[in-house]
Amino acid sequence: MANSPMKERPLSPHLSIYKPMLTMMMSIVHRITGAGLYFGMALFVWWLFAAAHSQGYFDFVQGFIGSWFGRLVLLGFTWALIHHALGGLRHLLWDTGRGFDLVKIEWLARANIAASVALTLLIWIAAYVAR
Amino acid sequence: MSMRTPLGKVRGLGSAKSGTEHFWHQRMTAVANIPLLIFLVYFCVSMVGATRAEMADAIANPLVALMLVFTIISVTWHMRLGMQVIIEDYVHGEGSKLICLLGNTFFSLAVALTGLFAVLKISFGG
Repeated sequence: MANSPMKERPLSPHLSIYKPMLTMMMSIVHRITGAGLYFGMALFVWWLFAAAHSQGYFDFVQGFIGSWFGRLVLLGFTWALIHHALGGLRHLLWDTGRGFDLVKIEWLARANIAASVALTLLIWIAAYVAR
Repeated sequence: MSMRTPLGKVRGLGSAKSGTEHFWHQRMTAVANIPLLIFLVYFCVSMVGATRAEMADAIANPLVALMLVFTIISVTWHMRLGMQVIIEDYVHGEGSKLICLLGNTFFSLAVALTGLFAVLKISFGG
């Protein structure tokens, strides 16, 4: 409300006065992973585009993605995908009015972190073993 | 007694000029993204270090190409809606907000169309 005539209104308490809590951090991470995936998808499409473009351009992009830094980015991308998707599942559950009590909400947050890390590691280990 | 005009009642839209489409499309694409993301993660991980011929071979399979098409459409739609909420939360100036929202739409469309073009070109044998 930058154009509001009343600029000196008191503001409601903001982030800095609250003790950090797991559910609050999960909410923030959900948004950050979402924003990261927004740009991650551009990277993914860049990869596809390179394959459609030419051998030379593909070698350049695949060289980047195959490098240790590229693999790290891809690892982060897959973790963010899984974490954001599991967070999305929690939101779909909440949409039905379930999972709001303090025990469940805390349990769901912990399960989300554990599952996203475990699944990501499992997928990458499986991929390297299968090769 | 309601102060709303009959036309306003029929349209069912308030001062925001839009209804619940944003919420509904966000949830709809979220549900679609669940199976699609499993495919996407698998595709990404299996294509690290692949040659161009191997990647083209994979995408030449119509099922893989179709899954990529579904994924690109659903994901870019979902990410446009998500980024719109982020922009509306943090960008307050009317002008800058408008520019960010436009940029968001252009970026999402560019990602979608580039991805679709690439998949179809490879899949059709190019």
